[in-house]
Amino acid sequence: MKTIYHRITLIAVFALSITGCRDQLNIKPAQNVDASNALLTSKDVKGALIGAYSNMGSGNLYSGGIQVYSDLLAFNNEFSFFGTFQGLTQISNKDIPINNGFVASVWLEAYTVINATNEVLGALSVVNPVDKDQVEGEAKFIRACMYFELVKLFGRAWNDQTPTTNLGVPLTLTPTHTLADAEKKPTRNTVAQVYAQIISDLNDAEAKLQPPNNATYYYATPGAAAGMLSRVYLAQQDYINARDAANRVITSGHYKLTNTYGEEFPYTGRGVRIFNTSEDIFAQQVSEQSGVNNMNTFYASPDVGGRGDIEANNSYLATYEANDDRFNLFTDDGSGSTFYTNKFDNVYGNIKILRLAEMYLTRAECNLRLSQTTGDAPLNDINRVRARVNLPALGSVTLNQILTERHFELAAEGQWLADYKRTNTSVGALPYDSPKLIFPIPQRETTVNPNLVQNEGYN
Amino acid sequence: MALSPITPQIDPRTGLISGLLNPATGAPNSNYPVYYNPLISKDNASFIATVYRMFGNAYAAYTILPGLTFRSEVGADLLFQTEDQYLGSATVRNTGTANGQGFNAITQIVNYTTNNFLKFEKTLNAHTFDIVGGISFQKSKSSFSTITGQQFASDAFKTISSAAQIISASAFPTNFTFLSYFARGNYKFKDRYLLSLSGRVDGSSRFGANNQYGFFPAASAGWIVSEEPFMQNLSFLSLLKLRASYGLTGNAEIGNNFASRGLYGPANYVGQGGQIPIQLANNNLKWETTAQTDIGLDFSFLQGRISVEADYYFKATRDLLLLKNVSGTSGFSTFLQNIGNLENKGYELVISSQNLVGELKWTTSFNISTTQNKITNLGGQILGTNDLNRAIEGQPIGVFYGRQFAGADPANGDAVYALNTKKADGTLNKGTTNDFNAAQQIVLGNPNPKWYGGITNNLSYKGFELTVVLQGVQGNQIYNQGGQYMSSSASNGYDNQTTDQLNAWKNPGDKTNVPELRLFFANGVNPSNRYMSNGSYLRVKTVTFGYNLPKQVASRLKVDRVRVYVTGQNLFTFTPYKGWDPEVNADFQASNINQGVDFYSAPQPKTFTAGINLSF
Repeated sequence: MKTIYHRITLIAVFALSITGCRDQLNIKPAQNVDASNALLTSKDVKGALIGAYSNMGSGNLYSGGIQVYSDLLAFNNEFSFFGTFQGLTQISNKDIPINNGFVASVWLEAYTVINATNEVLGALSVVNPVDKDQVEGEAKFIRACMYFELVKLFGRAWNDQTPTTNLGVPLTLTPTHTLADAEKKPTRNTVAQVYAQIISDLNDAEAKLQPPNNATYYYATPGAAAGMLSRVYLAQQDYINARDAANRVITSGHYKLTNTYGEEFPYTGRGVRIFNTSEDIFAQQVSEQSGVNNMNTFYASPDVGGRGDIEANNSYLATYEANDDRFNLFTDDGSGSTFYTNKFDNVYGNIKILRLAEMYLTRAECNLRLSQTTGDAPLNDINRVRARVNLPALGSVTLNQILTERHFELAAEGQWLADYKRTNTSVGALPYDSPKLIFPIPQRETTVNPNLVQNEGYN
Repeated sequence: MALSPITPQIDPRTGLISGLLNPATGAPNSNYPVYYNPLISKDNASFIATVYRMFGNAYAAYTILPGLTFRSEVGADLLFQTEDQYLGSATVRNTGTANGQGFNAITQIVNYTTNNFLKFEKTLNAHTFDIVGGISFQKSKSSFSTITGQQFASDAFKTISSAAQIISASAFPTNFTFLSYFARGNYKFKDRYLLSLSGRVDGSSRFGANNQYGFFPAASAGWIVSEEPFMQNLSFLSLLKLRASYGLTGNAEIGNNFASRGLYGPANYVGQGGQIPIQLANNNLKWETTAQTDIGLDFSFLQGRISVEADYYFKATRDLLLLKNVSGTSGFSTFLQNIGNLENKGYELVISSQNLVGELKWTTSFNISTTQNKITNLGGQILGTNDLNRAIEGQPIGVFYGRQFAGADPANGDAVYALNTKKADGTLNKGTTNDFNAAQQIVLGNPNPKWYGGITNNLSYKGFELTVVLQGVQGNQIYNQGGQYMSSSASNGYDNQTTDQLNAWKNPGDKTNVPELRLFFANGVNPSNRYMSNGSYLRVKTVTFGYNLPKQVASRLKVDRVRVYVTGQNLFTFTPYKGWDPEVNADFQASNINQGVDFYSAPQPKTFTAGINLSF
């Protein structure tokens, strides 16, 4: 009897162990969240917005890549690239193979950020009513920034041929939720369509965002949206709108030039997080624990954590006016002939995307072109910027002087290429509309999506 | 390796290791030598990994009825590992911080399995059979934590607790489980007819909710011909056995425990927690299944002095688990999918012989195999993540696919590539272009060897013994991804260069395969077959010479057995490969597609070991 009892117990244990195990196959990840549960509350959606800021700070995007890669295309012996990343050598040589990894990363990562903003915008209905405008404004600002950078790098400039037929980049405006969504093969929207979307997003953002509530506030603000709008309109040679947008930033009263040029790029001898300066309109934040500073990586000397890949040449530095304080932000690398910029010495320093000095220069340029003085006279605006760097005030001002001032003021900040293109300025032997100054559509993209037409010169 | 060989080890200005001290600044050099000098790390950096590992197994068996037993097994495998690293202030050029960087990591992996099954065995006259049925369950729980800190008071403080600034920290667990139900039956008749049938249902937590389970049956049959009465006269034949089997197996090794789920991952921004979509849900993700057919023949003759095993196999794999590319405009670049079919077929032959059996003994074991691999369906895609390895329909997995290098243009020294555009008659236009983008991609080579082989020879005489192991492969190519730096027309400036760069184009009319050297200008360094070479090799893998002391001598030394030996590894290699070691695949990029890539990979060392074995 006892034996039979034992046998029954054994079989029961066996049977139980079979059924008990079944649930064991349902294991949830601990460090990630199921997508279906990710955007249920207002806090969730705000978290996704933070995720968009975070990824916009990728090394290939606003934490340096976008600026450095575009600068490499713009350099004509002012700076030289001496790094070991072949892909950057190729960009620097303006001879880019269609499988360039840096080019592909800009494309892929920018669309990852765009998808994140689309997720936020698609989930606005669960955001607390009081926060809804702010969340929408921030998401649209980020989306507009990414599309603006993409269309500048991968499409022809606005003033190059016909923007209504030139190909820009595909506009993805809804979130990707399913594999079927991901299998879509969109075509390239025109440059004009992409610009229209950017302007629409930035106008919405400027209207819906709250002004900064403290001096070091670093999320998107109406000023950031207006500042970016001024750049977009300037690229379109729409000087009235560009000037008005810049003027709105200046007159908002939230921003002030730092006392010295060096104070705008502070470094205290070791890497430490800094918050926005009074001049920063929008900056990508880096801290000891998060983000990366690829401006430091590529521009800064190895003494301060950079690779020292990009060096300024003597011949370029010789073009600085005497006493220009901006010249003092270059240090000899020991060779006597090449110099590093010190703008990015702080490896945990923030990365300036928009700062007030540019707004003065944009307002001055537009007013001068329009022969107007909205906000202030061009001469006063340029002298503000000059005074800050110890340069004597000008008595009168020409368009060329403003453009030259802008060239020195924004050196190594990723703005030169856009300025050359909108002013029909050649880069060395390459005319402003040379296909070599435009990125190829990444080979991996044209392979997966045959609807994407390759740029001229890359077939 | 990339450092120029004329870099002095000791900086004559300081008398210290080059790069350690810049006399002008008093700090480590930031631009001399060309790269960080790794010799600095020897005295200024440390990395210690400590691993504790424990295995345990226990079982209980109970005989319920004669021939029927229940067996329960449990097993555990525990790993506990800590890593401690300190990079001193002198390593600033590598770490970017002049005040030291510390790193600490803890990894804990607990893997336990349990098998519970019933077994029934019975022999009835000439029939023998056994049946097994049960379940098995495996659970693996891992947890990882890492922390990195900077700003140490001095290099005397090396642990994280002394770091003034924590720059990154992370800790997370991950788990997976497998649950299987299995049954197997073996049947033997007259000790010469063998039949085996099995079936198992395997479930894995890694797959989509709709497809966690896969069913994998198998059958095999054997016939020991030499046991047949009619074979008994053939005395020279000591064994002849025919084997055939067919079965399905499943693969769940996808390196991602949650590949089937739609996921948001952490994406924090200066102190604020955030999240971002990282993966799309694929509830249909399922087991990759391989159907394998195997036909084999074993025979031995001359009293077993020579034995041979010959096999032919054919494996058809379906539902390959591969990353499928999607348009980046979706916000994603790839997702894991069951995509495509693959075939493997090949022969394997093992011949073992006892050449001499007297006082001087000599045995040889020779093996050779060939395998042919082909992707039969991939939905028309070309997959791949590194420079040249690709998965392409109709080709072996991982073939090198890219532009064909065509040397230097004799007129101007530009690197040129074969156009390889399709002509009207279907052939390829082998005209050349200096525009890399204009050259079309073609299949350039195969990283998979056609033949694998090895020979082991054992010689022994009295107490002496000699073992020589040779191994080799034939018919594969290796791509040197480091070629773009080390054979690069000086495009990276002052990197150490391979000597073939001396043959570079210099004057109009020069015919050479090395384009003009252009300092800091990329001339022909894009991925192409320029950096591919034959990876066949034959290597004397190990040679061991040993001597066993005679028993009488050993017992006088109060030990059971004394063996003195010397072993050499990787003594000689015969290869046309131009790099350091043809047995290579740079691990930072290795995957099922990424094969046969060299990237400054350290060659396997030639080692010599001498030792004494004592048994008490």
